[in-house]
Amino acid sequence: MEALLAVLILLMIAGSIYTLHARDLLSAVIAYGITGFGLVICFLLLKAPDLAIAQIVVEIITLIIMIAVIRISTREDLTEGATIKVEGVRYVNLRSAVYFVTGLLFVLGFMYYFMKSTLNLDPFGEHSARMGQVYIEQGAELTGSANLVAGVLFDFRAYDTLGEATILITAVVGILTVLRLKGRK
Amino acid sequence: MTNIVKTVTRIIGGVVFLFGLYIVTHGHLSPGGGFAGGTIIAGAFILLVLAYGDNVMHLRRIKEESSALENIAIFCILIMATVGFMLGAKVFFNNFLPTGVAGQLVSAGIIPLFNILIGIEVAAALFTIFLAFVIFKEEEK
Repeated sequence: MEALLAVLILLMIAGSIYTLHARDLLSAVIAYGITGFGLVICFLLLKAPDLAIAQIVVEIITLIIMIAVIRISTREDLTEGATIKVEGVRYVNLRSAVYFVTGLLFVLGFMYYFMKSTLNLDPFGEHSARMGQVYIEQGAELTGSANLVAGVLFDFRAYDTLGEATILITAVVGILTVLRLKGRK
Repeated sequence: MTNIVKTVTRIIGGVVFLFGLYIVTHGHLSPGGGFAGGTIIAGAFILLVLAYGDNVMHLRRIKEESSALENIAIFCILIMATVGFMLGAKVFFNNFLPTGVAGQLVSAGIIPLFNILIGIEVAAALFTIFLAFVIFKEEEK
């Protein structure tokens, strides 16, 4: 199974790299689907059907919505290069320089704190998930739910679910605000 | 859309919708739940709009209604959380209904209700987003 997972993950990496470099945005979206559907098969192989169902339906709906967006806006990739040519003279694109420096600083800071935090972790192979053990042993008893994932999501961690629902509401409000025509005219 | 798409949608649309309802209502028994089932229900409606939506401008009122439905669903979730706070232990989302026997359809207290409300919310939200994009494209012409 590890070999199959490795092949799938290599395919997903290839799909992601093609997504970044595709000139046509529609083919970029289709290639992005490789990553999503590969993840679905990974979840199924790792025996997580809840995640697989959620991933496959969200993947399909996102694909439809992204194709709708591409049909509204443009199919060309309008990314700027590292240099701009004005009247035969090459200038450094200041915006891409800012992106590069910010990204580099973020990666360095992230690596530093990641190294510091790994010193405090448990040794490899031992874990200290005390709550998880209680959930697995008494979850069905305490919530009465046969599906442990639903029991955790909607009882022990109901606040997380409320937060996810709030994210959806915020997304809808944002899209309706951006796409209003009357206010803009 | 072509006749093939319309015929297939007529056969499949109701089945997809029923499958979404099954995933939502059996969320506490089998894999799935409010999020996955709600997305499937939204997919059934999107399929209908894609196949039969020749005149999208008629759907503007439906967009308003689904937007309102989504807000009502999340408001009901908040009310349920507050009711759980008032009854029994003072915690939000307290499971105040009897839990029953694990494995039966009517069991697990408020989890099925919560699942159904989340399903309504997710379905309405995704359908509203899709309608917003489609209607925007038509309005701009």
